[in-house]
Amino acid sequence: MGLKRKDLLGLEGVSREEITSILDTALAMRQVVRSSSKKTAHLQGKSIVTLFYENSTRTRMSFELASKYMSAAAANISASASSVAKGETLIDTGVTLDQMGTDVIIIRHPMSGAPTLLAKNVRASVINAGDGMNEHPTQALLDLFTMREHLGDLEGIKVAICGDVMHSRVARSNIYGLTAMGAKVVLCAPPTLIPVRIEELGCTVAPTIEDACEGADVVMGLRIQRERQQKGLFPSVAEYCDNWEITPERVALAKKHALIMHPGPMNRGVEIASSAADSAQSVITQQVESGVAVRMALLYMITRREG
Amino acid sequence: MQNILIRGGRVIDPANGIDEVADVRIEEGKIAGIGKNLSAGDAKVIDAAGRVVAPGFIDMHCHLRDPGLEYKEDIVSGTRAAAHGGFTGVCCMPNTKPVNDSAAVTRYIIEKAQTQGSGVHVYPVGAISKGLEGVEMAEIGRMKQAGIVAISDDGRPVTNSNLFRLAMQYASHFGVFIMSHSEDKGLVGDGVMNEGFVSTKLGLPGITRAAEEVMIARDILVAEAEGKRVHLCHVSTKGGVQLVREAKARGVRVTAETTPHYIAATDAWVEGYDSRCRVNPPLREEADRLACIEGLVDGTLDCIATDHAPHHEDEKRCEFHLAASGISGFETAFCVSNSMLVKSGRMTLPRLIELMSTTPARLLGVQGGTLCVGAPADVVILDPDREVTVDASKFFSKGKNTPFDGKTYCGAVCATLADGRVIYEEA
Repeated sequence: MGLKRKDLLGLEGVSREEITSILDTALAMRQVVRSSSKKTAHLQGKSIVTLFYENSTRTRMSFELASKYMSAAAANISASASSVAKGETLIDTGVTLDQMGTDVIIIRHPMSGAPTLLAKNVRASVINAGDGMNEHPTQALLDLFTMREHLGDLEGIKVAICGDVMHSRVARSNIYGLTAMGAKVVLCAPPTLIPVRIEELGCTVAPTIEDACEGADVVMGLRIQRERQQKGLFPSVAEYCDNWEITPERVALAKKHALIMHPGPMNRGVEIASSAADSAQSVITQQVESGVAVRMALLYMITRREG
Repeated sequence: MQNILIRGGRVIDPANGIDEVADVRIEEGKIAGIGKNLSAGDAKVIDAAGRVVAPGFIDMHCHLRDPGLEYKEDIVSGTRAAAHGGFTGVCCMPNTKPVNDSAAVTRYIIEKAQTQGSGVHVYPVGAISKGLEGVEMAEIGRMKQAGIVAISDDGRPVTNSNLFRLAMQYASHFGVFIMSHSEDKGLVGDGVMNEGFVSTKLGLPGITRAAEEVMIARDILVAEAEGKRVHLCHVSTKGGVQLVREAKARGVRVTAETTPHYIAATDAWVEGYDSRCRVNPPLREEADRLACIEGLVDGTLDCIATDHAPHHEDEKRCEFHLAASGISGFETAFCVSNSMLVKSGRMTLPRLIELMSTTPARLLGVQGGTLCVGAPADVVILDPDREVTVDASKFFSKGKNTPFDGKTYCGAVCATLADGRVIYEEA
């Protein structure tokens, strides 16, 4: 059971069957995460490197633990502490990792398309752990996994995504992943944080957060960085909250047992109220567990790729 | 000096309404006669049967990168590349190191072109502002005396509208006009490609068309208020073309160029984060591409310039955000334009030659652009029907950066003559 691709650069163009097979494998992997002896031989003899040009806690840790639980040799490179700081190009860094026998490079980069550039120039498999405003496919996979756990089949469900859609790679990957699974995606944000013609990716844009939440099966928040306010994209956090914050009152417009999700890290009291984030409907902490399971599945499958 | 007889070609000279099969005789570097069955005498004969003989192309807008950025291009390689592309005259923009904001740099460029260049005439464009900083006017009069043909801060807009106005007034005293790089930097923000569906899909910060159009409107309004002339560089949007059309209709002294890439390529080419497609202004959408073609067809846009912008391989072999903006354009200008405009049935070949030679010569007030008897023999010989597959590795330019690499177009440059001397001839 392997993937038919060398790299996972995004969920754009990934089929429902491929996604389903990753999620099915992740279900088995979660047993490992939950067991008292977290060690399998799935990645025995494999070498996995995380190459992060941006800070990250959970994604990086999640990949690292996923690798270690499956007995891979795992190493980390962070931009500030490496040759990158000395001005080495991405391609040169990639080729160097290739020469060291790396099987999988997991890259996070502030610039959209960097994983694509890397993948074209290395023998190793490349997994995109977030590039600029483009994609963050493993985040979307773990979101799908979490939703499937609670809602079963995702066909026809309504997912409201509220927050900084413009700068969000999580939003784009979720739009691709959810639409592939037959779900309906509704976006909501200030007009200054909605990218032009995003509807053409197969989602809709709701005029208000109330419209977005109405009858939804999932309400997902996206981080609002405070710098966005300073850049003039909205006037104040207070006004943002008045109009777009995810609150229990707004979630009450959704289906009775609708899930509250957030990729983290949260800005409590900005895009999501603590009373919503910590409510019984919230699965935000479960998303983290799903993350390790999904990444284990992906690493396993990509190192056993077919053809 | 060797006399030359170009025999049996289809001679096209839009300036004189000539389009007929004839011989062209060149003596002492000048056009000596056009007619049937001219005798060769002592002249070297160039057989042009089945070919087109036209005035050499004149490029109002290119970057030769010399002085200071010779790792990208220099006057030697750049003028060789221009000759290879059928050009006999090119205007080089002042964003060199140092900037061409002084008579000394202007003289350096002209002298190096004359002593080391391929023979292509090089017409420097001086800076509007010292150091391209948009603060103080450069010494336009002294640069004019040294040989500039126009002024521009190309690569950057003149953000201060009053400096723009004053430079326009002042330069007119010396018979110099502004070539404006029309771009509102605030609207560009951190954008790296056209704002549209493709930028949303790729997650690349977009640049709204308004960034270009706001400044085109400003430039037109200032020129209108002053009654002066302005030339707009690299118009790329449908709205920009429309602004120029409306301004011309009410008598504003505005002229404008577009480039081969805006009539041939769109932002869809950026898919896959192809850094060869990073250019400023950015590749737009299909409606813009068609509008630029329409503008050339109806005369709203006066000419085709290349905005030849060579870069080193390392400056393109990187993340899209980090890639330098620009396309190496001399050596694909004719085949791309000929395919998009003539082969597609939108215009005749004489009209294309007008856009690439006759009109730019007139706008600049430089030699060439015609085959008048007595005029300097700046001539290009073309095979407009031959299919060519672009191979950037064979460019004479140091810059191999082109999104047209590997693509097939129609139209070959067979030979280029400047002042009656063959400066390029295909093997």
